[in-house]
Amino acid sequence: MTDLDPRPSPAAPVPSPRALARRRRQRALGRFARSYAHNRAGMFGLLSLLVIATAALTAPMFIEQSHLSITGAPGQPYEPPSAEYPLGTDNFGRSVLDLIIWGARVSLAVGLLATVVSVTLGTVIGITAGHFGSSGGTGGRIASTVLMRITDWFLVLPTLVLAVALAAVLPGGTGTIVVAIGLTVWPPTARLVRAQTLAVEARPYVERARALGGGHTHVMLWHVLPNVMPVVLAQTTLLVATSIIAESTLAFLGMGDPTTISWGGILEAARTAGAVSAGIWWYMVPPGLAIAVVALSFTLCGRAVESVINPRLRENR
Amino acid sequence: MTATPTATEEPAGSPREDAPAGGGGRVRRVVLYVLGRLTTAVVSLGAVIVAGFFLFRILPGDPVRAMTEGREVSLEQQEELRRQFGLDQPLWAQFLDYASGLLRLDLGVSFQYREPVADLILERLGPTLLLAGTGTLLAALLGLFLGARAGWRPGGRGDRVNTAVALFFWSVPTFWLGLLLIVLLASGRGFFPGLFPTSGMTAPDATGFEAVVSTAHHMVLPVVTMVAVIYAQYLMIMRSSLIDEKGADYLTTARAKGLRDALVRRRHAVPNALLPTVTLVFLNLGQVVSGVILVETVFSWPGLGYLFYSGLHVPDLGLVQGLFVLFAASVILMNLLADLVYPLLDPRVRP
Amino acid sequence: MTSLLDVQDLHVTYRTEGGDVPAVRGVNLSLGPGDTLGLAGESGSGKSTVALSLLRLLPATARVEGSVLLEGEDVLAMRWGTLRAVRWVGASVIFQGAMHSLNPVRRIGDQIAEPMQIHGTAKGADAAERVQGLLRQVGLPASRARDYPHQLSGGQRQRVMIAMALACEPRLVIADEATTALDVMIQAQILDLLRSLVAEHGIGMLMISHDLSVLAETCDRVGIMYAGRVVEQGPASGVVHAPAHPYAGALSAAFPTIGDPASRLAPRGLPGDPPDPADPPAGCVFRPRCPVSEEVCATLDPPLWPVDPDEHGDSDRHAACVHVGPERPVPAAGEVR
Repeated sequence: MTDLDPRPSPAAPVPSPRALARRRRQRALGRFARSYAHNRAGMFGLLSLLVIATAALTAPMFIEQSHLSITGAPGQPYEPPSAEYPLGTDNFGRSVLDLIIWGARVSLAVGLLATVVSVTLGTVIGITAGHFGSSGGTGGRIASTVLMRITDWFLVLPTLVLAVALAAVLPGGTGTIVVAIGLTVWPPTARLVRAQTLAVEARPYVERARALGGGHTHVMLWHVLPNVMPVVLAQTTLLVATSIIAESTLAFLGMGDPTTISWGGILEAARTAGAVSAGIWWYMVPPGLAIAVVALSFTLCGRAVESVINPRLRENR
Repeated sequence: MTATPTATEEPAGSPREDAPAGGGGRVRRVVLYVLGRLTTAVVSLGAVIVAGFFLFRILPGDPVRAMTEGREVSLEQQEELRRQFGLDQPLWAQFLDYASGLLRLDLGVSFQYREPVADLILERLGPTLLLAGTGTLLAALLGLFLGARAGWRPGGRGDRVNTAVALFFWSVPTFWLGLLLIVLLASGRGFFPGLFPTSGMTAPDATGFEAVVSTAHHMVLPVVTMVAVIYAQYLMIMRSSLIDEKGADYLTTARAKGLRDALVRRRHAVPNALLPTVTLVFLNLGQVVSGVILVETVFSWPGLGYLFYSGLHVPDLGLVQGLFVLFAASVILMNLLADLVYPLLDPRVRP
Repeated sequence: MTSLLDVQDLHVTYRTEGGDVPAVRGVNLSLGPGDTLGLAGESGSGKSTVALSLLRLLPATARVEGSVLLEGEDVLAMRWGTLRAVRWVGASVIFQGAMHSLNPVRRIGDQIAEPMQIHGTAKGADAAERVQGLLRQVGLPASRARDYPHQLSGGQRQRVMIAMALACEPRLVIADEATTALDVMIQAQILDLLRSLVAEHGIGMLMISHDLSVLAETCDRVGIMYAGRVVEQGPASGVVHAPAHPYAGALSAAFPTIGDPASRLAPRGLPGDPPDPADPPAGCVFRPRCPVSEEVCATLDPPLWPVDPDEHGDSDRHAACVHVGPERPVPAAGEVR
């Protein structure tokens, strides 16, 4: 059996290192799942996310898209909640419930994409700074210090102001929103990943890999990254909440894409249509509640993951 | 008395002996520390200035086209605008012009108001300071107080309720909370129709003491919104900081001395837990700026946040740029302040 | 004469997610005024749990049973108010001050004065004066009162801890690993100081350490703990120089290495680890590591039996080993080394 053979040969009495590693990973995953299942708040968050995600994905199957346009609105303006329109209608007569289910698609997509951008950015910067800071010689230490100074600078800047400024000067559209959020919320991830990288780099097997001639890329990709992933996972979950709130905020400030329906966009439309001072609560309350529920669910999941990964955080005495 | 000699008992290199004797060394270390922090702040400010220039002059391509998009503006008018904003100059000259203007506290001219940005800011600084100051202070007090309680008995009922409420408010978009308060308490259709004004800062005809009361009345909802959104993070920071301290040995010492539980917390645990909290509270001031922008927008509070919002829609890049630099600079200065204040709170890091 | 401290059948159990873990399983101690008693054992033997349970300082997850009579009053049955009044006045604790037992952000003088103010024994200027007196008593200049803990060395901090323990003139002082993190020279000074203070004030002292040599130097009597139980107790010199229990023998074999951190983990020449407290072996808990175990040890969990004075040279010795008991099997205990 060679290292190149990924499959354990059935005849071999001793499983290959890869099979062992896979089994170990499976067991670790099982432990993780069991431990997570014990966290009631985390399970609640996961369940509510599943429901919302299913609704968002299957929306085209039960919502007539033409009913979402201003001209094709099925009802009268500002109808209060009824059997036909469980959450009433907006100023054009569209069903608020339909708008919200449809809006979940954009809000979730933007939130997730922006998180991918910022987590990638934060992880790359964090691992680079951590790795070269601990084993890159003088030049590496300087590069690492510069990176962390930049991170600190971004960390201090008012996030919303920067994101709004970016959204204002870049051409309008959903892509811009993703970039604007992604480019502003990464610093905490970078700090966290760097700290974790430093901890991993101090472990003996990384030292051994380096002594055996493993290059920087090899060490970072094969040894540091897998060990940093759990922390990144928890951080990612928490960041989605931040990103979704940021998306709605940008949309509310009028920076969103006016051609798509998102939760923040609905709220902005409600405000500009005068629903606030007129007290049309069914147009105001549901979108915000939707944002809050999704953000809270992601936060609960993130905290649950965090407490599974780091039992010291488990705060039940 | 015991027979122990005192003069030669300690090994060389006890902390006291390491330190250079006399006050001169102390002063030097303090000066070095302050200088170091000042340098960092100045470099950060420089970066903000460069970023402001980059963001609003280079990134949009042609700022004038960005500003006049969708408007009936003739080519001549565009040229005129370009000259007015100095955009016909080479980039380096533009930057020098902009940077030297900043040194003279000249933040450029607003496209929308046709007024110097600095004047606009000065006009609206007061209301923002009033709102942000009150909101932050109340949020910090509330958050630290509740956080200290929640963190002292983690897992207890008080903790679970507090954490749940804080997490909920943390997950709620600021502006929506404000809108909700307006619908419920200020609009004509809520539970308490017209209990509070929906917008503005003072009733237009109020004078003297009446104006003060009117302002306080107008402030209630904006401040409540700000506090609700900001206090949650203070609570969480204080809570986890206190949980970190909970296992500390000096708390067992305090208990062994016969202190009541509340006293152990107040006198020993909280002062220690406050230290990391203070740093983080200052680090999170950027969030306060975000909160102010949203709250002022929702409640039409005549401050810098509302000004920023009004500049965004035009878009009035000169105004937005000036406010960007101002917001970033104020957060950096507050962090500098935190760095300078911190050693006064924690004897261990005193230079 | 009622004894100062009388502990009867003390049991401490920690409730954990994985079930109850007994940490102390039936300990009896007795201490008169002016007496010094040492308690030795490895980490996890339960000796610090004993120390903390005397003033009910254990976390809420610990269940304490038995009786702890401090000057005739049962600490375990006290109401919180009474207990707080007893803390530091009836008995004070010298923690391992070299580490983190002092609050890092409060001045030393304030921390020493705090118990006096709490218990109303001295106030204001009186307290400040008394703090200076206490500092001088432990060999520190009175000006140190204005310092913060991080400005002192480990030895100085330990002296502060001692001064603090004496603040309310307690009848009993519990020294919990009071010299552990100090280097040998400082350790000797601190021990000198403790010895003279105890002699001077007629204070009873319970001293807890992993280091048998420290106890041999300071205490009249010594108890050896293993897996939550006292396995041998008696006059210090006897227990240290002619141990009757094989574990005491192993522990005292580590004797020459004063302050050696390794001796804290496993005494020299003793194979294996202490038993898992959640799942102790049947019979004698020491059997898996015992060099002289017999068949009977697998089933018999020996109580503390009086040691035959003819064999070990002095009276009032007790050990929990079949080799000293009434039904001892052959070969005789003479082989125990």
